[in-house]
Amino acid sequence: MKRLFAYPYILWMGIFIVVPLLLVVYYSVTATGPDGNTVFTFDHFRRFFAPITPGMDQPLRERIFVSVALRSIRLALQSTGICLLLGYPVAYIMTRKEYSEKSVLLFMLLVPMWMNFLLRTYAWLTILERNGLVNQLLTRLGLPMIDILYTDAAVLLGMVYNFLPFMILPIYTSLKKMDPRLIEAAQDLGAGGVSVFMRVVFPLSLPGVISGITMVFMPGAATFIISNLLGGQQYFLLGNLVEMQFLNVGDWHFGSAIAVIMMLLMVASMVILSLFDKGENQGRSTII
Amino acid sequence: MKKVLLLTIAVIAIATMAACGNRDQVTLRVFNWGEYNHPDIPRLFEEETGIAVFLDTFVTNQAMYSRIVDQGAEFDVLFPSDYMIERLILEGRLAPLNFDNIPNARYLHHYFFDLPYDPEGRYSMPYMWGMFGILYNTTMVQEPVYSWEILWNEQYARQIYMYAAARDTLGVALKLLGYSHNTRDITQLHAARDLLIAQRPLVRAYQGDLIRDSMIANGAALAPIFSGCAWYTMGENEDLNFVVPIEGTQFFVDAMVIPVTSRRQAEAEQFINFMMRPDIALMNAEWIGYSTTNTAALEMLPDDWRESQIYWPTDEILARGEMFRDLGDFRQEFYDAWMMVLVGAGG
Repeated sequence: MKRLFAYPYILWMGIFIVVPLLLVVYYSVTATGPDGNTVFTFDHFRRFFAPITPGMDQPLRERIFVSVALRSIRLALQSTGICLLLGYPVAYIMTRKEYSEKSVLLFMLLVPMWMNFLLRTYAWLTILERNGLVNQLLTRLGLPMIDILYTDAAVLLGMVYNFLPFMILPIYTSLKKMDPRLIEAAQDLGAGGVSVFMRVVFPLSLPGVISGITMVFMPGAATFIISNLLGGQQYFLLGNLVEMQFLNVGDWHFGSAIAVIMMLLMVASMVILSLFDKGENQGRSTII
Repeated sequence: MKKVLLLTIAVIAIATMAACGNRDQVTLRVFNWGEYNHPDIPRLFEEETGIAVFLDTFVTNQAMYSRIVDQGAEFDVLFPSDYMIERLILEGRLAPLNFDNIPNARYLHHYFFDLPYDPEGRYSMPYMWGMFGILYNTTMVQEPVYSWEILWNEQYARQIYMYAAARDTLGVALKLLGYSHNTRDITQLHAARDLLIAQRPLVRAYQGDLIRDSMIANGAALAPIFSGCAWYTMGENEDLNFVVPIEGTQFFVDAMVIPVTSRRQAEAEQFINFMMRPDIALMNAEWIGYSTTNTAALEMLPDDWRESQIYWPTDEILARGEMFRDLGDFRQEFYDAWMMVLVGAGG
């Protein structure tokens, strides 16, 4: 009987995840041949990695699509790093016993998520605009204006803003599950504040940190809305490239090939992270 | 266990069918640009005819094409631009209009009788029109604006918006170089592409509709924009002005067409006729701010609209316009060039 309840989900997964995935893979390795029939080919993948001359004045042949991919990875890594640096202390503070307002903090973290992600990103346009809220405030205070809208700083800001809760929540959960007696035990054994954190708290929270990293890095590497709105299409990312192939150019084959490359990238990063996770499990058993 | 599953599926199926009940109600599916008709249009049409209107919107001609062709969405009335209509006609995707059902076609202005994309006017009913030009903020740009070249002036670095659409923006560079924006010469196209790549450091952003609001809020100095859009922004911010550059530009027409896949052609024609009725055409024109194609509506517009060179360009300015044509197989070259501009050398 238990299995019966899994059927709706299996059906759902089959229709909306497995089939589309297979279609994407199919499109990525086929092309329309000269006589109109479908032929098998790896040309779309070759095209992605091939060097292209960007302009006539530039004899240098650049691997343009690869550099777009590198730019996406760099921005995703940067936003993950910032989210971790900002998010870990917040999650840590929220679990402190003496912090009685922790429910207020959690609430404040969740409230913005009730609003649509697109609307929140649009709101940043108004805030960062040349005559937007930030600059009006700076002018009132007699400070020079800043103009970061449509730069990679704005894209990074948008990513951190949108993905920060996905870093805080898993870390918070794993810290909260932790047995406080472990900390007391460490203190009894003469560990100072820093070494309690470094040798007990942080290692025990690693599963949360790793799922936080996964949940920030992946949407970060795949985003196109944030770079569209806050980057003004100046900072073309992999997501933008896929969007363009499907919505403007109409080249579903190349678009699918880029999507497959993105998925492989995600799988690779998950494999790397799971290695960390395993190493940690062994480490934990020695601690306890 | 299987019985339970079957029962569930049966219940869901029956519920779905019941939801689609109400079959006597005819619904017309209309696909228009965003904010390109008065918001009351669906309600007014339904009140008069009993035909409900389902309105969906698109952002670019390519997006519309992709939606109806690649994704197979079914619509009864579309509002594409000239060159896209030409492509749809060539590909056999449009149904000829039955003008017996569109008596209000007599209000069509003579400018739109013989247009290259639909020479006999059999497939399309022109709706709005305009020209592409430069919108600029007179408090930020003191020198006279008359040429596309000002968009390459380093003095305005990071104060220039460019329109995020392949043909329109490559068209600007082609015109500045003295070529036709319908060129099929790869050397000319690549020269235009390189010009745009060189311009990248000066560009604040490649945007679509957001340019309008930002220009109203004094967000940038210069932006290529459609005349109708410019006319609207100038009503909101009096520091803005609009110029059709001397090198030439696009003269465009957005028209109403019916795809062959529509099963409600008579109702679709009824809708087109409704949109051409003088009072409705006036309502749309005043609300959108784009130039109307309807002679009766034009006469009813306020004097300052009709006398404005921006709303209704003089013959001299009109002569600077060239219509976009469908590029056939060369289309792909434009997309590739545009992708190079966006991916760009910089960044």
